[in-house]
Amino acid sequence: MKTDDLITLMTHDAPVSMRYSRVLALALGASVVFSAALLVGTVGLRHNMASVFETWRVLFKIVITLVLAVLAARLAVRIGRPGAEIRLTALSLGVPLIMVVAAVVVELSVLPEDAWRASLVGQNALFCLFFVPVLSLAPFAGLFWALKKGAPENPAAAGAAAGLAAGAIAAAIYAWHCPDDSPLFLATWYVIAIASVSAVGALLGRRWLRW
Amino acid sequence: MLPRVGYETVKQSTREEQWAAWLRLAIKGDAQAYNRFLVDVTPQLRRMARRRCDQFGAPASEAEDVVQEVLLAIHLKRGTWDPSRPLGPWLATIVRNKLVDSLRRRGRHVNVPIEDVADFLKAADETHEAADRIDTETILARLKDPQRDIVRSISIEGQGIRETAARLKMTEVAVRVALHRALKSLAALYRSE
Repeated sequence: MKTDDLITLMTHDAPVSMRYSRVLALALGASVVFSAALLVGTVGLRHNMASVFETWRVLFKIVITLVLAVLAARLAVRIGRPGAEIRLTALSLGVPLIMVVAAVVVELSVLPEDAWRASLVGQNALFCLFFVPVLSLAPFAGLFWALKKGAPENPAAAGAAAGLAAGAIAAAIYAWHCPDDSPLFLATWYVIAIASVSAVGALLGRRWLRW
Repeated sequence: MLPRVGYETVKQSTREEQWAAWLRLAIKGDAQAYNRFLVDVTPQLRRMARRRCDQFGAPASEAEDVVQEVLLAIHLKRGTWDPSRPLGPWLATIVRNKLVDSLRRRGRHVNVPIEDVADFLKAADETHEAADRIDTETILARLKDPQRDIVRSISIEGQGIRETAARLKMTEVAVRVALHRALKSLAALYRSE
């Protein structure tokens, strides 16, 4: 095919149907609403949420998952845009990491040693491992759909970022139900759940996010 | 030496601003501005692609395929450019990624006799496109039905969207959608090659 003919074809397809920023906003907005509704509609919010909200462990759990979700979503949003700054955005994920490590250190210092095990295992570890990935399905699908319209330089990394963001969003939603408040629980089961979703994202991204 | 570098830089940035202005209009649907942008960008892409292909000893027709692949990438991903930001970094990244990708894929079967390279060096006028390696009929044969007719009508017969729609008894919207899909298929065709 002649390049001039190709240019003629492209010229007739000039308008952009939906700009990438709108694609991303739609994907994130709709999927967050969907997953939040899924939590409220199935297992529901924690019944004593209001009364436990002032304890530092619950507050920490809500804040840390939210911080991670926002920072990871920011990375996923940028990674599909050619020429966008992503190194600092990726490095900013160190902030929630440091917060978790600090909270674990505090928890270990305030809890007696024989309570460590019970706090780590919690009441609902298996359910957490099941439900966080379930809640991540919608944001995962949404972000993959959006990134498919993007142009990520490294498809596996983009998939991992999408998975991380989806897992973190799911965790931030699940935290409103979760009865286990110890940072030890958070640092174990939430991290396993989010990391698994991110790993699946990397694997699928390698295949699906090439362009 | 220095003033020359300065001059080149200025020239580069005004050109970039011009491209950005055209592409901004194009995204909103200005076909004429988009055509200006594509026609002005292509020789630059061609020069880059030929220089790279030259390093591998690949023929100019392959460079032209690379040019088309990069053009398709720019076209299909232009929605990811944020018009409030400079065009340069976006364009450079997308061109570099596609160029590397395309050459790497071709690199596996690059095996060119030395005479061809010599011929290529003699005919190194970069503003003229090389003979197309994959001819239009081969590409058309691989497209599905309404897409094929639409591509033929617009690119070869030089018809517009409206005439094409009237002749194929389709709505203009349907023609636009099929054209967009055809361009996506073309990009996929290059990728799978």
